[in-house]
Amino acid sequence: MNKYLERIRNGVATENPIFILMLGMCPTLAVTTSAINGLGMGVSTMAVLILSNLVISLLRKLIPGQVRLPAYIVIVASLVTVVQLLIQAYVPFLYSALGIYIPLIVVNCIILGRAEAYAAKNPPALSAFDGIGMGLGFTLALTLIGLVRELLGAGTAFGFQVMPSFYKPISIIIQAPGAFLVLAFIVAVMNGAKIATKANDKVKGCDGCCAKCSQTCADRKEDVA
Amino acid sequence: MTSLVMIVVTAALINNVVLSQFLGLCSFLGVSRQIKTSASLGAAVIFVITIAAGVANLLYDFVLDPLGLSYLQTIVFILVIAALVQVVEMFLKKTMPALHAALGIYLPLITTNCAVLGVVLTNVTAEYNFIQSVLAGFGTAVGYTIAIVILAGIRERVEDNENIPAPFRGAPIVLLSAALMAIAFMGFSGLA
Repeated sequence: MNKYLERIRNGVATENPIFILMLGMCPTLAVTTSAINGLGMGVSTMAVLILSNLVISLLRKLIPGQVRLPAYIVIVASLVTVVQLLIQAYVPFLYSALGIYIPLIVVNCIILGRAEAYAAKNPPALSAFDGIGMGLGFTLALTLIGLVRELLGAGTAFGFQVMPSFYKPISIIIQAPGAFLVLAFIVAVMNGAKIATKANDKVKGCDGCCAKCSQTCADRKEDVA
Repeated sequence: MTSLVMIVVTAALINNVVLSQFLGLCSFLGVSRQIKTSASLGAAVIFVITIAAGVANLLYDFVLDPLGLSYLQTIVFILVIAALVQVVEMFLKKTMPALHAALGIYLPLITTNCAVLGVVLTNVTAEYNFIQSVLAGFGTAVGYTIAIVILAGIRERVEDNENIPAPFRGAPIVLLSAALMAIAFMGFSGLA
């Protein structure tokens, strides 16, 4: 049982996909305008991640090595379509809030990254727990960033007014530039606290996404050029 | 005519793909150390996105939609993009070796660039026809190129600045530069 719990702790803390691995930045910045949007995106991604880890792990001995990436992409895209239709049917407000970012879960680096790094090499139950752990870590991070942005930018939390009435919301925080600002300060705080993240590696050389997703790495190329 | 120009301007400046849609962030932050390499990547992105937008539009209008298969769009588009990048690379290698030498190294990377899928899906949602889709794709890619080249220009100047407090060196200063660019680009919303 321990190793299952270990997977969850790994995803939430040790290898938190957002704060430590710095994967899947596009949805992180785009949908965290409020806590509820962050939570919705996190849960949707988690659902896809658990199922894709499970399916890929079950099929890991059947998929030939050379075509594994296209095969993973088809599996992930099918699962994303299922989740998208479910959200559209049962949580319409979330569907309109997240919009195009739901189908874009397909290209979220966390999903292909975990498929390649974990599910392709480990048994189904463990892979599913890896998906739960990583999904929880992603959801927590997104909800947290969404909460901070909503609190500063609109004075509310999950839609409820929490800031005192004399507080004047800094609306730039929930607009596009605020996403970059908030992330910049989070990474700076982690740098200051000397928590090792992949963020600086990424900037030094390796493109965070592609390094994990596939064989291509932007920066090897940048060095060559 | 003006509406077609407006599609390009909107896609390139007002709804800038990186600075307001947050698509293609990985390469935006990862491959923006030098103006030269960013410009080459930008050129490759313009090439691929414009073609992908056209192909995806034809596929949607003439295959997926008539057959009632539009729910398969995500799966079909991602496979088409991946295949298209391969085809474009092979085609360039055969016919235009010089261009391939310049762009080739960036092409495989573009498959995982969410901007491509993002543009294609946005075009479907906006119900653009073929010409509008191609122009929107082109505009978006030009916007990406503008953003990444400007960021590279900023980074070439600030990267090794001793005055930056230690915790802000590296990723945070790049993100702050991007935030300031995003604020500047908000000014373009007046064009709409």
